[in-house]
Amino acid sequence: MINPFLFWAVALLTVPPALSLLFAKKAVHIAMSIVLVMVGLATAYVGLDAPFLGVVQIVVYTGAVMMLFVFVLMLVGVDQREDLTETIKGQRWIALFAAGGLGIFLISIVARVTLPVSSSPVTGDPDVIAGVLFSKYVLVMEVLGALLITAAIGALVMTHMPQLRPRHTQKEISASRVKVGADPVNRPMPGYYARHNALDIPALDPQGNPIPDSVSRVLEVRDQTQDGSEFRAQLEDAAGPSLASPPASAPDSAVDTSKPDSSEGKGE
Amino acid sequence: MDPISFVYLAAILFAIGSAAVLTRRNAIVAFMGVELMLNAANLALVSFSRIHGEVDGQVMAFFVMVVAAAEVVVGLAIIIAVFRTRQSISLDEPAELRG
Repeated sequence: MINPFLFWAVALLTVPPALSLLFAKKAVHIAMSIVLVMVGLATAYVGLDAPFLGVVQIVVYTGAVMMLFVFVLMLVGVDQREDLTETIKGQRWIALFAAGGLGIFLISIVARVTLPVSSSPVTGDPDVIAGVLFSKYVLVMEVLGALLITAAIGALVMTHMPQLRPRHTQKEISASRVKVGADPVNRPMPGYYARHNALDIPALDPQGNPIPDSVSRVLEVRDQTQDGSEFRAQLEDAAGPSLASPPASAPDSAVDTSKPDSSEGKGE
Repeated sequence: MDPISFVYLAAILFAIGSAAVLTRRNAIVAFMGVELMLNAANLALVSFSRIHGEVDGQVMAFFVMVVAAAEVVVGLAIIIAVFRTRQSISLDEPAELRG
């Protein structure tokens, strides 16, 4: 006999998370709820004298299948919107009605039968399962092996992308960057040559002028950059008067960070 | 408590899974509904195995799990292939294929 507490625990662990399939908006939340359902079903298997199947359920479903689902969700983008326009009119209500009818039908069928419960249950330990698996069902076992290989090859074929165009080498990419007039070299990191390596402070060129390109474009749009003038002043003090001539034009270029940058975004 | 009560639970889970397959447009969510239906069938098999006192039902549930694993691999590969060509995993859009 089954412990009633076990049954109600399993029911509470499976049915409310399963309802998220119908009502939850985000696919990741649904995937996590289904993981909970799988754990609840594994509990039920252990309670129904099938400990081997309980462990397999945890390993195969929560460990492999649902993680594969989450992985594919990551690939296709978590924020895939679901369009709620109905192509068939009233499809949602017809579907809910049909599914509810199916549930009531199944329950009424089960309620009509009375099955005598075996008084000598066989615990589904791995050795017992293996004995049946490799004697009575050995042919099915081999067919399933062929099925698994076919599925693996099918997935490989399905996700394989033939290369339509020749591969771009690094040299070609660099040449095309020069052709469109973008800066052929990497931009300096923010803070480079300056006395500060914060992200919002532009790098200084050898003359001591700030390089606006070195600061992230996002910070520029949000007006969160600094012109680095105080750090440049420190640099001049340390280096002496030899660097004194360029800073006359420096304030202009420092203010100029808001101008639309021609090289921005082209060479990427 | 009778093990048959788990069969009722399996029927409820199967109905929820079928409702999800019929209503949701997101291919991955509908696919999770299919998984839930397979698991409900597994639960029924295991409870019948307990009722009859034999392990054959558990072996069948094991086979269902293997087939479900293979099915998930191929199904998700199809979803990714469709997403690559159409940038969408909505189940309604491939309906435009019909002439």
